[in-house]
Amino acid sequence: MSTQQAEPESQEAPEDPEMKGAESPQERRLEEKDDGMVDERAEKTAELEGETVLIKVFRYDPEVADKQEPRFDDFHVPFTKGMTVLDAVMYARDEYDSSLTFRHSCRQAVCGSDAFFVNGRQRLGCKTQISDLEQPVRIEPLPHQEVVKDLVVDMDHFYDQMHTVEPYFQDEDTPPVEDLEEQRQSPENREKIKMSSRCIWCGACMSSCNIAAGDNEYLGPAAINKAYKFAMDDREGEEIKEHRLRILEQEHGVWRCQTQFSCTEVCPKDIPLTEHIQELKREAVKKNLKFW
Amino acid sequence: MSQSYNRGLIEDFGRWKEFSAGMWAWIFHKFTGWVLIGYLFTHIAVLSTSIGAASESTDVIQAQNDVYTTTLQGLEGLFLIRLLEIGLLAVAVFHILNGLRLLMVDLGIGLESQDKSFYASLVLTGAITVASVPTFLTGVTL
Ligand code: SF4
Ligand code: FES
Repeated sequence: MSTQQAEPESQEAPEDPEMKGAESPQERRLEEKDDGMVDERAEKTAELEGETVLIKVFRYDPEVADKQEPRFDDFHVPFTKGMTVLDAVMYARDEYDSSLTFRHSCRQAVCGSDAFFVNGRQRLGCKTQISDLEQPVRIEPLPHQEVVKDLVVDMDHFYDQMHTVEPYFQDEDTPPVEDLEEQRQSPENREKIKMSSRCIWCGACMSSCNIAAGDNEYLGPAAINKAYKFAMDDREGEEIKEHRLRILEQEHGVWRCQTQFSCTEVCPKDIPLTEHIQELKREAVKKNLKFW
Repeated sequence: MSQSYNRGLIEDFGRWKEFSAGMWAWIFHKFTGWVLIGYLFTHIAVLSTSIGAASESTDVIQAQNDVYTTTLQGLEGLFLIRLLEIGLLAVAVFHILNGLRLLMVDLGIGLESQDKSFYASLVLTGAITVASVPTFLTGVTL
């Protein structure tokens, strides 16, 4: 009973801190990006109404003799309003070829499983509107990752890199269970790491990075961003931060980034990855600078 | 999963049309850097011929028909060399401008206009190079 009474209170969710906040470079960038997008999309949608769109999908299957040599298959998919790339490949699979293989789950840009290479750019299938793309739409698996089958790539290396930065909260001196108390973070600090906490492990950034492609040991933008999230979190304490910076400072850590900005451009969550990597570089320099 | 498919580097470069501003900036920066290093070594090789000139008497040097001077005059008379010099200027200017751009990026300044600053470096490089053409081509015998 009493628990039921408490409920209404919890419904008053705290105001989303993401909604407010000063105009950051990232916000400005987003605004620019959205400018005029809406009108354009409405126009394109009207144009495509009742049409079929041609999608060219990369096919490869090591287990089927005539698919061992990669090729593109054409599918003509009837356009529906609001159709995404994921919708289109799902339609192709359901209606034409049930062997067409790809990953997806949430269909709302949350699980990060359907990152594809669409018209020459890493994008989330479920977040990309067909009406925003040039026809025909070319859909391929992410570059720089081995293709397992059709649009499915091997993500093991990406996950390994993510795990090397110890992507979990570490506390220096966790008090005994009976004295455990809420660990508070200042709104400013939350604001600072807000963007970095959005990563959905889709691997788009890693796939777009030429440096990561050339150096298998490079941690990569996603892992470094993950490390940033924790290194910049005030609650973790100085010692852990040092430890994190030590991991990041290594030869294949932050210094490998050559500021190409490819990762920042493709990240579906609009995380300012290059900005974060650069900030960690500066932190690493500051940590090692000694004037005595 | 016994087999998988790796599309390889060749295919990567086949995608050059899809490169973004930042990627081009990176490629051009590396390229111009290597050209400048190559030039420096050539420059040293040419300059070291002045050792030969130094062995000649002062009169010869003053009369400007020592090995060093005649070699350089000969080279400078060539249209190809003038053209290469213009190229060298373009390469150096781009490398400097993009270097400044990268410095800004390192300091975290103007990150959101990194692509615009790349285009600006390109345009400036073009303008400076074109403006230098009359100077470089004066007195050249084809
Ligand atoms: S940083 Fe962005 S692009 Fe990279 S894995 Fe996370 S969400 Fe995907
Ligand atoms: S299906 Fe989950 S991110 Fe697209």
